[in-house]
Amino acid sequence: MSAPNLKIEDLRVSIEDKEIIKGLDLEINGGEIHAIMGPNGTGKSTLSAALMGHPKYEVTSGKVTFNGEDLLEMEVDERAQAGLFLAMQYPSEVSGITNADFLRSAINAKREEGDEISLMKFIRELDKKMDHLEMDNAFAHRYLNEGFSGGEKKRNEILQMMMLEPKLAILDEIDSGLDIDALKVVAKGVNEMRSPDFGCLIITHYQRLLNYITPDKVHVMMQGRIVKSGGPELAQRLEAEGYDWIKEELGIKDETVGQEA
Amino acid sequence: MSVDTSLRFDKDYVNGFSSSRQEPAWLQELRLQALELAQNLPMPKPDKTKIDKWNFTDFKHEATGNAVAFNELPEDVKALIGSEEDAKNVLVIHNGTPVYFALEQEVKDQGVIYTDLLTAAKEHEDLVKKYIMKAVAVDENRLTALHATLFLNGAFLYVPKNVELSAPIQAVYYQDNEAALFNHVILAAEDNSSVTYVENYLSTNDNTESAANIVSEVYAGAGAKVVYGAVDNLAKGMTTYVNRRGSAEKDARIEWALGQFNDGNTVSDNTTHLIGDGSFTDTKTVTIGRGDQKQNFVAQIFNHGKHSEGYILTHGVMKDNASSIFNGITKIEHGATKSHGEQTERVLMLSEKARGDANPILLIDEDDVTAGHAASVGRIDPLQMFYLMSRGISKAEAERLIIHGFLAPVVSQMPLESVKNRLVEVIERKVR
Repeated sequence: MSAPNLKIEDLRVSIEDKEIIKGLDLEINGGEIHAIMGPNGTGKSTLSAALMGHPKYEVTSGKVTFNGEDLLEMEVDERAQAGLFLAMQYPSEVSGITNADFLRSAINAKREEGDEISLMKFIRELDKKMDHLEMDNAFAHRYLNEGFSGGEKKRNEILQMMMLEPKLAILDEIDSGLDIDALKVVAKGVNEMRSPDFGCLIITHYQRLLNYITPDKVHVMMQGRIVKSGGPELAQRLEAEGYDWIKEELGIKDETVGQEA
Repeated sequence: MSVDTSLRFDKDYVNGFSSSRQEPAWLQELRLQALELAQNLPMPKPDKTKIDKWNFTDFKHEATGNAVAFNELPEDVKALIGSEEDAKNVLVIHNGTPVYFALEQEVKDQGVIYTDLLTAAKEHEDLVKKYIMKAVAVDENRLTALHATLFLNGAFLYVPKNVELSAPIQAVYYQDNEAALFNHVILAAEDNSSVTYVENYLSTNDNTESAANIVSEVYAGAGAKVVYGAVDNLAKGMTTYVNRRGSAEKDARIEWALGQFNDGNTVSDNTTHLIGDGSFTDTKTVTIGRGDQKQNFVAQIFNHGKHSEGYILTHGVMKDNASSIFNGITKIEHGATKSHGEQTERVLMLSEKARGDANPILLIDEDDVTAGHAASVGRIDPLQMFYLMSRGISKAEAERLIIHGFLAPVVSQMPLESVKNRLVEVIERKVR
């Protein structure tokens, strides 16, 4: 398996004709963990949804390649097949499909017909990963996210990531609504995936998740673009001092989208 | 085009038909009286569905087919009942004629009667007369009268007092010619007995216009439990009118599990009368509409007895240009104190042109009761699709999962593993 590469150049994204991402550049390689931080309303979640191909978001210009291929030309399922994964902030609930059946369909979707994962192997893998995430095995047989608490849904997203073994995972506010124990479990899952063949983009408000997952690069997003990048020390400074110093440095009055400097 | 609803069948025809089958005089008499009513009564009027252009009355009326050994049964039928070892208690009616029958000795030894209806009419006259055309009255409308005039055969299942049958009793009604399917089922479970009955309707004629007119009458005596499973899978050529009715005495239970997968236009009525105190019914239906078909489903429960409980759960998927009306009716009669009624109808539409209409109706003539309803009609949630596809699942497979998921709450509660599997199989074929 070759090391993944995600390259975003001058990306612009609109929702219902309102431009949210306004020219964003970012490159993530295998083995790297990037964090995008920023206050609410600066376009962080829009970026993740647009990369996965959310139907409501329209990419108006720019280029995104994933392992050299044009990501924006691909259907949602093709992006996943290519190795992209998005752990969603608000995962859908789907009634009538068990977690296990769903996961098995997803794993088999990547495999050739006739080469489906055997039930025994699947159950073994699932049990192992669920143990790792300290999830009750009963979750396998519950309907997909139905009636799950916020924390359970987030763990379930990480479980899916571990089972599907993507090349590049985007974690959209995976830490929101998690208590510290759940946060540690989620971090454990991500750290378990760390390898030269895996890249990760963590989108978060808070620095606390980054105490458990050390990022290689930290970016700050404001007004729909990345306004500052640095190493892990940048996240720590943000935690200690907030965002005002960046706004001051860059002469930004209102960091949210639609408010130009 | 207007359909000629005058009847091609007259007194001479009915006399000849009945005599040629050596029917007992009382049955011939019942048919002749019904004929007169059929000539004069109006058509049924299903709420919100116009059926005046549907063909219920012009068809070929004949019973053909011959008795066969198990391995000579059509493959379609064998697929439904499994191997000869599995099918220990089964009646197969092919083109209106009983062609195969099996009943275990130990079931017979308990006094259970299971046979085709015509044989029962000759051999168990008093019992048949007690139940036939009682839950469904001859004079309800032109089609119930026509049914009594012309039904070809059917099943008669009688379970004596205190007999609890563990093995399910099965029936297959199979039509592979162009003739009409007029079938009548009577299931009588005496006090404190228990029985599970599963029927499959299957036909193959997609092209020639024909009609199905089906009546099931279920009686559950005090403390009896009846589980009634049905999978309807009639082909496009068949216009269907089906009535499945039950009445439950004190503390009796009737559980209906209906998979209604006809491809032709269908009017279906499933009504249960909770007569006795403490009686209970639960009616679960799944359906899929496709092509240009139009369907009207009524699920109806009358609470007469005190402390009686009735539950309706219907899930329907509409594809293509299909349109369906789902009417759920809970009627709590005056005096039925402490009774309870609950219903849920849900419809999922898969295309712009598909139509579904869910109407939960609660009619309550008693103060001291509890009742509730829920209904929803909607399309596939694009966010659910996005979520599933973001895991690499194709659009078609994601849709398939959502449909199965939508029908699962009903399918998973079906009484028998065999019915469940059969439903999943038919659903799979219809949503592809």
